[in-house]
Amino acid sequence: MKIVKIIALILLVGFVGIQFVPTDLNQSDTVPKTDFLLVNNTQENISALLQESCYDCHSNNTEYPWYNKVQPVAWYLEDHIQEGKDELNFNEWAEYSDRRKNSKLRSIISQIEEDKMPLDSYTLIHKDAILSDEDKRVIIDYMTALKDSLE
Amino acid sequence: MKKVRLTTIMVMAFISLSAMYCKDAKTENSTNSEMITEEDHSKMNHDNSDGHHDVDKKEMAMNGDGNSQTILNDYFNLKDALVADDNAKAKELGATLATSLGKLDISKYTDAQQSELKDIMEDAIEHAEHISESDIKHQREHFKVLSKDVTDMVAITGTQVKLYEQFCPMYDGGTAWLSTKEEIRNPYYGSQMLKCGKVQREIN
Repeated sequence: MKIVKIIALILLVGFVGIQFVPTDLNQSDTVPKTDFLLVNNTQENISALLQESCYDCHSNNTEYPWYNKVQPVAWYLEDHIQEGKDELNFNEWAEYSDRRKNSKLRSIISQIEEDKMPLDSYTLIHKDAILSDEDKRVIIDYMTALKDSLE
Repeated sequence: MKKVRLTTIMVMAFISLSAMYCKDAKTENSTNSEMITEEDHSKMNHDNSDGHHDVDKKEMAMNGDGNSQTILNDYFNLKDALVADDNAKAKELGATLATSLGKLDISKYTDAQQSELKDIMEDAIEHAEHISESDIKHQREHFKVLSKDVTDMVAITGTQVKLYEQFCPMYDGGTAWLSTKEEIRNPYYGSQMLKCGKVQREIN
């Protein structure tokens, strides 16, 4: 019994302890001129979908959930966001060359077609980010048209 | 009581430190992997310097660029792994190709060519990296664009050996790839449709 108490205490103290480790927040007030939605003048319904389902991890501004205040969740999110932005940052769209845009668009289309994105671990809590079949079709059609206009 | 509080503080400090350490360890890991590639580079350099004269001779024979030829060789090895439906080998070779793509020496080209090559390499590296961590279906998707990148590279760098641009009308609305042999061995279908395709262009 005593040992259980000690372990519980250590865990508790550890949990409290890691709350003091700072995290970098992915937040920005301004939308750069190079942003995908600005550059392509994306229509309202599609930009709403992309912002809701993609922009948290694929732009410089994340709308954090309350539990981001809690470690180790915050680290987990920080990692994911970093990885997401490395792969594709919608805010930097105009900085990509046509070749790269073409590659990114291909990946966007295939990731959505195959239900790889948005991630299950993300939509588990962000129910609003789940794309319906109709949403997916609209996005895929839009991205395909954009890709064809590049070629 | 005082003692208890002291222990608590110490435990807390210890745990937050170790938590921070865990986080650092992660970053360190990535630095480590960079260091390994760095080492690989130097190993390769060693190999080169051992056979220094041979390399020189070869370079003269093909008008300079040894690097783009390395890229082509790695690309063909990767292609052969895909022809053989070998996912694990393709992963490995994708990583090798990503490294050689990153090393292309572009200094002797014109400014316009340099920026074109930089663009091609940046894109190609990403595809090669994805190939190094995907299942075979995705490897083939990425190989399609990678093939276009490498073909565009060859348009600038030229090639030491004769290449065949081959074309499979069935894969993803029609898809090309490069080979050193005239005979068709389809990397997009492998054993499923080994001989699907035709030579659409010869590149000297």
